[in-house]
Amino acid sequence: MTDFPLFPEQASSVAQYVDGLYLGLVAITGVVSLLIWLVIFIFAIKYRRRPDNELAQEQEPPAALEATWIIIPTIIFIVIFVAGAWVYFRIQRVPTNAIEIYATGRQWMWKFQHPSGQREINSLHVPVGRPIKITMASEDVIHSLWFPSMRVKADVLPNRYRTMWFEATKTGRYHIFCAEYCGTLHSGMIGWVEVMEPTAYQRWLAGGTEGSLASQGEKLFEKYACNTCHMATPGARGPNLAGVYGKNVPLADGKSVVADENYIRESILNPQAKIAAGYQPIMPTFQGQVNEDDLLRLIAYIRTLGTEKPQITPVESAQSMQTSAGATPSTAGVAGTSPPAAAATSTTAPATGTNQ
Amino acid sequence: MTSTTIDDAPFIEPSTKERRNYINDEYGVLSWLLTKDHKRIALLYLFSVTTFFIVGGLIAFLMRLELLTPEGDMFTSDTYNKLFTLHGIVMIFFFLIPAIPAVMGNFILPIMLGAKDLAFPKLNLLSWYVYMVGGIFGIIVIITGGVDTGWTFYTPFSTQYSNTKVFATTLGAFITGFSSILTGLNFLVTIHRMRAPGLTWYRLPLFVWSMYATSVVIMLATPVLAITLVLLMVERVLHVGIFDPALGGDPVLYQHMFWFYSHPAVYIMILPGMAVISECVAAFTRKRIFGYKFVAFSSLGIAFLGFLVWAHHMFVAGISTYSAMIFSFLTMLVAVPSAIKVFNWTATLYKASVSWQTPMLYVLGFIGLFTIGGVTGLFLGALGVDVHVHDSYFVVAHFHYIMVGGTIMAYMAGIHYWWPKITGRMYPEWWGRLSALLVFIGFNLTFFPQFLVGYVGMPRRYHAYAPEFQVLNVLSTAGATVLAVGYLLPMIYLAWSVKFGRKAGANPWGAVGLEWATTSPPPKENFHETPTVTWEAYDYPAFLKAMKETQHV
Repeated sequence: MTDFPLFPEQASSVAQYVDGLYLGLVAITGVVSLLIWLVIFIFAIKYRRRPDNELAQEQEPPAALEATWIIIPTIIFIVIFVAGAWVYFRIQRVPTNAIEIYATGRQWMWKFQHPSGQREINSLHVPVGRPIKITMASEDVIHSLWFPSMRVKADVLPNRYRTMWFEATKTGRYHIFCAEYCGTLHSGMIGWVEVMEPTAYQRWLAGGTEGSLASQGEKLFEKYACNTCHMATPGARGPNLAGVYGKNVPLADGKSVVADENYIRESILNPQAKIAAGYQPIMPTFQGQVNEDDLLRLIAYIRTLGTEKPQITPVESAQSMQTSAGATPSTAGVAGTSPPAAAATSTTAPATGTNQ
Repeated sequence: MTSTTIDDAPFIEPSTKERRNYINDEYGVLSWLLTKDHKRIALLYLFSVTTFFIVGGLIAFLMRLELLTPEGDMFTSDTYNKLFTLHGIVMIFFFLIPAIPAVMGNFILPIMLGAKDLAFPKLNLLSWYVYMVGGIFGIIVIITGGVDTGWTFYTPFSTQYSNTKVFATTLGAFITGFSSILTGLNFLVTIHRMRAPGLTWYRLPLFVWSMYATSVVIMLATPVLAITLVLLMVERVLHVGIFDPALGGDPVLYQHMFWFYSHPAVYIMILPGMAVISECVAAFTRKRIFGYKFVAFSSLGIAFLGFLVWAHHMFVAGISTYSAMIFSFLTMLVAVPSAIKVFNWTATLYKASVSWQTPMLYVLGFIGLFTIGGVTGLFLGALGVDVHVHDSYFVVAHFHYIMVGGTIMAYMAGIHYWWPKITGRMYPEWWGRLSALLVFIGFNLTFFPQFLVGYVGMPRRYHAYAPEFQVLNVLSTAGATVLAVGYLLPMIYLAWSVKFGRKAGANPWGAVGLEWATTSPPPKENFHETPTVTWEAYDYPAFLKAMKETQHV
């Protein structure tokens, strides 16, 4: 009960704009509300019913007065809309130099995967002063990832990827909350974001991994035998995926689609939905065989195909020391868990969220 | 319960000392359960919604007790989740939506129109039975284990993951919706077809205009809720993929359909409140409502624009940046007609004869609290702020300022205002004023801290919370205690007044309106002769002149 804050910490680049807009709204609406109350209070006392005031005095409403209190509030409301939209664009537009982190929500924990392969549960380590882009999906119901100190939040959906970003402006330890009601332990689906100095972050990254996300994805690409059809040789049964990420893919029905995370995800889980032009719809579905974590790894690998160098140098290590927590018993229920990723996960210590 | 009436209003034929009224016209339980009299049906509704209000209020109080400490130490998480779900469902579907239309609308609307009853008295009785069947489903759910989806039933949690009584609950809400539809239909036809001779549209009390707008919204929105809930039940029971992605559905589609009803439903709840406020402001200032036509058409404006803003509940749910922009803009526009009403009510007080009786105290409380509820809606409509406060206690505080600070304050004002007409007895004025004061103080103490704790970062629907949120939560629980006393008092003294209250007479307030031109309680057929209306609504100058003349005689 000692701590009694009225504002969360301002720890991100957008926080000052959100707080500025909030305080501006408090000021405008506070003044207007106070004026209304004051006028009501004065009228209610001044014109209270007395023996000499049994009868109200009628007056014709001047049209100018009505027009005034229609037009002026409308203008104020539109200004509020513009200011809100301006801040919203700052929150929505992801900078191009962001570090890409992948998140999965499930009842009732948050899993984060770093590009270099580290995984953590209910905690997220990020460097200060670098934009962090989080691409996320849910394994079950709708969740919502909220960083109050960063003033950003986005619902996490079970059927597609969503992205959010923030740039932390000071080091420290800040709340992570699930904001969308998701069942029994909704209020326990919480964690901490640890904002570190860049050098400390580098040390943390070097702490241990099973190889970069892309290299883990490469193993999965072989394991699921994707490489038997998706080859660079002419006449291959599936399209060559080298360099496909981010490009326009012409489809068999004459339309085209940008090969982003959501398209690749759909093509793995529901290959018949959009057939690339010139290929037969022969790919089997992997729905129920590839879990969300492996999907992210496969996508990370496909993104590196056709680029000269892999974006991240994998830091190999025998032990995964930095994986802050292992799988909970409920992981067993997820279909398609198999080595190498799941094997490594299941050998680590039982889950103890790092926030406790 | 006989009552002789004292004729002190000039619009009454002074000779008719009618002893029979709608209460003592017939006796026996069946005469109530099979009644087609709109006034008796209103009383059936009054008992039913009051029961649900007590249930919903008790649940709220248990939640506030749990939230005294950051740890989840009083209930299990599952129990707490069921409590907030049931609180929302009971209060919204079984209290707020029917309360003012089905109690005061049923009782007063036909009398205001100079009609003997609603257009379809049997449908009116049917609507109460349909409501009770839905309500019984709700009670069964509470007794047999509850439901934990939140009142919003978001998919895929509600269709595939929750193992509580989702089917029975949604079926109850589905059935209750038809009761709303029947009431709305009845009001629309009655307002169009059964106005007394001379009662033109612009002579209608503003209560009627607001009820008209409410009925339009009910008729157009409630079927969408019915469709949505049927789809939800089909997916849950038959596993047909509609909303669950594992079955090929889209969970965000559910949110669009749900809010397409549930945002207009907010106006189904607040427009009747505005209806009551307009009546009380006129009666307790003895004045025409300032800008009658602006207030009347702002009700229709709210009804129309209310259908265009549903996705402002979904700014962080995965809609595109541009649709978020459009819905944010439209949300700003829907605030305009509400602002018009507040300004016009305020202006009505100018050079008025303001009475400080209980209904007016509730009205002043309404204007103050509804203003806060309205302006905090602007915070939520502004995209940049909404991303942060969405699904936090800020939202909880905002909609309680509208629903409790707005609708329930108006409900209390209306109950006190029309109590003498309904029962023929006055409530005790001193206790009434005390209750209005306690409700106002208790309400602000309960819900204002929730704005603050929401901005600091407390998410809604949290059984346990971070320690730094505790101070504000303790304040909130303390306020809830005061609020509970404020609501208990009227239940006691109003019940007391039915037997022991001072006899009211036909027009205890000196108010203008057809309902004050008949006896209290009104006869079964409302009027002994169909009235002919030759005056404008709220024609206080003529009325008071007539009153003075009768006093001089």
